[in-house]
Amino acid sequence: MKRLRFLGLASGLALTAALCASEVRAEELTGTLKTIKESGAITLGYRDSSIPFSYLDDNQKPVGFAMDICYKIVDAVKKELKLDKLEVKLNPVTSSTRIPLLANGTIDLECGSTTNNAERQKQISFTNTHFLTASRFVSKKASKINSIDDLKGKTVVSTAGTTNIKQLTEANAARSLGATIVPAKDHAEAFLMVETDRAAAFVMDDILLASLVAGSKEPNAYVISTDAFSKPEPYGIMLRRDDPAFKKVVDAATAALYTGGEGQKLYDKWFMQKIPPKGLNLNTPIAPELKAEFAKPSDSPDPDSYKSM
Amino acid sequence: MFANFDFDVIRRSLSYLFLDGMTFTLTLTALSALGGLVFGTLIALLRLSGSRLLGRVAGLYVDFMRSLPLVLVIFWFYFLVPYLGQWLTGASRPIRVGAFASSLITFIMFEAAYFSEIMRAGIQSISKGQPAAAYALGLTYRQTMRYVVLPQAFRNMLPVLLTQTIVLFQDTSLVYVLSITDFLGAASKVAQRDGRLVEMYLFAALVYFVISCFASFGVRRLQARIAVVR
Amino acid sequence: MNYHWNWHIFFEPDPSGSGTYLDMLLAGLWLTIATSICAWIIALVFGSIVGVLRTLPSKAASWFGFVYVEFFRNMPLLVQLFLWFFALPELLPRSWGLWLKQLPHAPFYTAAVGVGLFMSARVAVQLAAGIGALPRGQKMAATALGLTTAQAYRYVLLPMAYRIVLPPLTSEFLNTIKNSAVAITIGLIELTGAARSMQEFSFQVFEAFTAATLMYLLINVVVVAAMRFIERSVAIPGYIAGK
Repeated sequence: MKRLRFLGLASGLALTAALCASEVRAEELTGTLKTIKESGAITLGYRDSSIPFSYLDDNQKPVGFAMDICYKIVDAVKKELKLDKLEVKLNPVTSSTRIPLLANGTIDLECGSTTNNAERQKQISFTNTHFLTASRFVSKKASKINSIDDLKGKTVVSTAGTTNIKQLTEANAARSLGATIVPAKDHAEAFLMVETDRAAAFVMDDILLASLVAGSKEPNAYVISTDAFSKPEPYGIMLRRDDPAFKKVVDAATAALYTGGEGQKLYDKWFMQKIPPKGLNLNTPIAPELKAEFAKPSDSPDPDSYKSM
Repeated sequence: MFANFDFDVIRRSLSYLFLDGMTFTLTLTALSALGGLVFGTLIALLRLSGSRLLGRVAGLYVDFMRSLPLVLVIFWFYFLVPYLGQWLTGASRPIRVGAFASSLITFIMFEAAYFSEIMRAGIQSISKGQPAAAYALGLTYRQTMRYVVLPQAFRNMLPVLLTQTIVLFQDTSLVYVLSITDFLGAASKVAQRDGRLVEMYLFAALVYFVISCFASFGVRRLQARIAVVR
Repeated sequence: MNYHWNWHIFFEPDPSGSGTYLDMLLAGLWLTIATSICAWIIALVFGSIVGVLRTLPSKAASWFGFVYVEFFRNMPLLVQLFLWFFALPELLPRSWGLWLKQLPHAPFYTAAVGVGLFMSARVAVQLAAGIGALPRGQKMAATALGLTTAQAYRYVLLPMAYRIVLPPLTSEFLNTIKNSAVAITIGLIELTGAARSMQEFSFQVFEAFTAATLMYLLINVVVVAAMRFIERSVAIPGYIAGK
């Protein structure tokens, strides 16, 4: 019997590190709001190099357009739960870990550059769209790759776990390009592969490509294709499915942000002014479709539903 | 050959590399080694306990953990632990587990399998006369293990345990696959942000090499000093 | 538990259009086996050379063997793979570097060489221990019979040493197979990488990893059984290594 107690003690000890205290059943709160109220903390997922949405600045602190939006959501949650203090924890995510980490509770909100589409909505939810972008590729001017068909037989890189790598894989099969597709862990690594001539092209959302090119050592050496793999698709901040109470708070916060004009101010801060770490100005005026969406916020995954006014 | 390399990037990122990265790596190594040792010793005791069922279960655990690549185990635990926590506590949602806690659990559970084999060899190397004498003196199983067998086994296997810890120190670099900022992860982030792959990776290799070398050297000297004459 | 199980995912087509998810995993399995075998061959060749060097009477040889082993043992495998994959092409003359970078299947070759050399240090240590475990009289008798050092190793020492270290070499081969998974970081889509890709495209985390786990267990069982068979068939009756 002593040995069984040992066994019980051992397994308990080993897994104690994983267990948070969970006792008090809050009255009407459910889901994420309940967890936040009980723990007094909310965890945001951030990206390494999704400039300018969510990336690390020179001091390795996560900053960006999506980060600012998330902080506004946190303020709204704090007000809603009537908390004096709400601790904000930050957890790094990559394109391939963001959905599992959201589903398993490690993060409460994913603040990055995640494309909102119907397939993903089977696993998680999105709040109101904060950007629209199409899938393109960047290559060195010297390689003279102008269209998607020019990718025939080349090595093409994309970031693992993104809609872009999926679109690239499907296009590769549909158009019989015979391209070698290499997955990279994050955008910076993928861009580096093009920079060091390891890959001929990097397929990604055009805004992220533009930011990476602008921040590179020789921006003029690169060209972003005019060919696109998809129509402009919406970015949304992710949250867990089947959590209507939390979604209501988040949707209300983002809608208020966009319709109230502060959304436009945040947009200008990250797209029309100098941003850390190198003081680049992306100089990308707001697209008419996005402006229309800010006036009437929507979390639709359908690219066709975003029309200019 | 080294013409257009910018080694200054190392100097500029030193504080980030060591304060953020190396502290994570060393903390993870130390805590995992301790946890793995405790858990591993328990497993070794189970295997040697004479109970067929427990021995079998413990044996299966060890064989299972030792057949899988650490990378796969890291992925498993990172995604699985919150669900396990939910199941264990009967909560309505998966328990929130951070990157550090998840890595810690992964390494403790994984290294326990290796530490248990080392401790099992250590316990078995103690002559049967020792526990026999202890029982003759009226000590219980618990007391025998705690005061007679385990201290001797531990002392005998200390060099091997420390060598396994050095291996663990190197294995912590694999949390890279989760983009966690250990020492190598930190070096990688700087490398990719500034495009200075060669400089950062060479530096990281040098640091790991120096630390491991010194540690192995220390273990060798320790081995010479504590060798018990039989 | 709000996770949607779907065990039929294995039979659904994957986005690359080249088959089902199961085919993707099997392709990864095949790559794991191929990488491990290539790496193991490299490890055996280099490890044997260095192992022998460590036991030679020449001081220079044993010093070289010592440095070689310490070099490969004191750096994590991941760091070594990064050095081979990222740093080496940049340090070579530009055209060689470019050729290396644009080699088709570059991750495969890099992984085989990187893992192979890493494991060669361990093989060297095992073999040196095996040679050291032989009675001193063996080498002396060989010299007395007029065999040169090379012949002594080839006909007397190594055959016995290999048989002695066959069990530890089996576990080193299993380690090689496990270490091949680290190559996921340089873009090799071996079994763990394929499971990861499957998880990323289909969101079915646990199904993908369960399949990968089962396949690794299967590899283990097959390798252990095969090595036991080899051990029995080369065993010399009457010796420690035999039955």
